[in-house]
Amino acid sequence: MSCVLDVANVSVGFRQKGGVLPLVKNASLRLSAGQCLGILGESGSGKSMLCKAIAGLLDENFTVEGSIRFEGLQLLRQKPEKLRRLRGQKIGIVLQNPMSCFDPLYRIGEQMEETLAEHYNAGRRKIYTKCIEILELMRIRQAINVLAQYPHQLSGGMLQRVMIGLAVALDPVLIIADEPTTAIDSISQHSIMQEFVRIKEAGQVAMIFVSHDLGVLSRISDDVMVMHGGRVMEQGRAQDIFANAQDVYTRHLIEQHTAVMKRFCAAISPAV
Amino acid sequence: MKRYIIMRLLATVPLLLSISLLCFLFINLIPSDPAEVALRIRQTPIITEDAILQVRQELGLDQPFLVRYAQWLWSCIQLDFGVSYTNPARTVLGEIGRCLPTTLSLAGFSLLYVLILSLPIGFLSAVYKDSWFDRIMRGVVFTTTAMPAYWVGLLLIWFVSIKLDLLPTSGYGGLEHLLLPAFTVALTYISTYIRLIRNNMLENMREDYVLYAQARGLKQRNILVRHILKNSLQSCITAIGMSIPQLIAGTIVVENVFAWPGIGKLCITAIFNRDYPVIQAYVLMIGVLFVFFNLFFDILQYAADPRLRQGKSHA
Ligand SMILES: Nc1ncnc2c1ncn2[C@@H]1O[C@H](COP(=O)(O)OP(=O)(O)OP(=O)(O)O)[C@@H](O)[C@H]1O
Ligand SMILES: [Mg+2]
Repeated sequence: MSCVLDVANVSVGFRQKGGVLPLVKNASLRLSAGQCLGILGESGSGKSMLCKAIAGLLDENFTVEGSIRFEGLQLLRQKPEKLRRLRGQKIGIVLQNPMSCFDPLYRIGEQMEETLAEHYNAGRRKIYTKCIEILELMRIRQAINVLAQYPHQLSGGMLQRVMIGLAVALDPVLIIADEPTTAIDSISQHSIMQEFVRIKEAGQVAMIFVSHDLGVLSRISDDVMVMHGGRVMEQGRAQDIFANAQDVYTRHLIEQHTAVMKRFCAAISPAV
Repeated sequence: MKRYIIMRLLATVPLLLSISLLCFLFINLIPSDPAEVALRIRQTPIITEDAILQVRQELGLDQPFLVRYAQWLWSCIQLDFGVSYTNPARTVLGEIGRCLPTTLSLAGFSLLYVLILSLPIGFLSAVYKDSWFDRIMRGVVFTTTAMPAYWVGLLLIWFVSIKLDLLPTSGYGGLEHLLLPAFTVALTYISTYIRLIRNNMLENMREDYVLYAQARGLKQRNILVRHILKNSLQSCITAIGMSIPQLIAGTIVVENVFAWPGIGKLCITAIFNRDYPVIQAYVLMIGVLFVFFNLFFDILQYAADPRLRQGKSHA
């Protein structure tokens, strides 16, 4: 298995008046095709920052140090134009808040078409059929109607699926999914997780999957990285970490999760 | 959408009524007696009580206030604004009709200046934020907002027309007569819109949809023009709707500085002569312009924004 992504000692900082505020400290990770790394951590722990740094989405207000190699290419030294070509094609990205990620003034179809037209050399008609294919692959019914809708007319779960569809559309090598299931109800969450598991099991892509939900992560991750306050607290095989975490913070997270699950089970079957 | 337009149209009726009432009321609150003024203007040698009474009757000033208001309003609706006190041979409508086109050409040209200058400057200032260009423009915007229009007008006359002898100092004529006064009227609006567009763009740049557009690998140029600029202009629509009547009304000072024979000049002359029908018609007209431009651009904004135009969920 060849290594798709090799991130070594990446630190992210935010430039301020008094200096640089560290947001992520010394994160390292390696990913091969068909492998999924789950990133776990509470709100504000730097999960999104790390993802954005890898995707080259941070502007000049941020500093990124270390090494990010994607298929052997040092991303931190690439020109913006080169990074742009990678994003959307070889690197598919799903962002956190589906409801605010689409331009409110354009129809979903227009935004999908514009994305595909940027990376995919084909005529209008072919792009349009491709859009319908993407939506159908994401199990969206009435795809033609959905394409004609504006973002505010669709639910968060629907928009999330459109994002996932776009992220996988052009056969990416790497998918970065930043909390793809937070903004949606648990039923859509379930079916979206199925999509991700399906994509992963096809074995073609390396995946970074961010969540603060242990239950979701345990379904998809091979490896897990636990972040807290910008630091990587623990990293390793998913089973090992869930079974016996070394780090106090990680154990705390797991205990919390099991406590919630116990209460949940007790609530749905009180008679037992 | 249709519902919204009908509602908005209906809402203008009470608004227009209150504007006309206020307009009529204020003119009537002016302490000098219009009949006396009319006599003076007609250069009647000796003003007697009888003469005043006669003119009062002639002008309908002996009726009670509300009756006079109703009569005035009714004739206004029929576009009959009476005759000028100063020059009884001329109707107010004719006077306004004579002066309006010159004012409209001035206001229209100013609007052209505003659009042509503030759009690219605002756009570039936002894209190259904190560059030397942005800094210079911020300085220019700051200084021009602080300068009153008549003063800028005088400075321009002094510099461009007298020192450089490039353009005529004042008067009405071809394009060369229009350039300076239109720029003077436009100046404060140019600054306002540069700032508005720049700030709207900077605000939009922080939105998630821009981050996602980058994540989708769109070209920076497309993101800036198709997405950020379009969204920024969206919130300028209503402002432009208010600025157009403001431009028309705002020519009043500049027309007098540049001796531009438009309705602004007409109004000032009417004020000096206490020519009430003309003043009344002018104030009413400006009020109505504000109401209608506001209405029109609100509907435009409504039509341009899918979130307003279209309801929730169809799929
Ligand atoms: N644009 C920004 N400028 C400065 N600091 C930021 C910015 N965005 C986030 N931060 C800071 O960076 C830290 C990490 O944020 P990040 O968004 O990576 O958290 P997260 O782990 O993704 O949390 P969540 O689960 O809420 O998404 C936070 O302390 C946050 O305050
Ligand atoms: Mg986040």
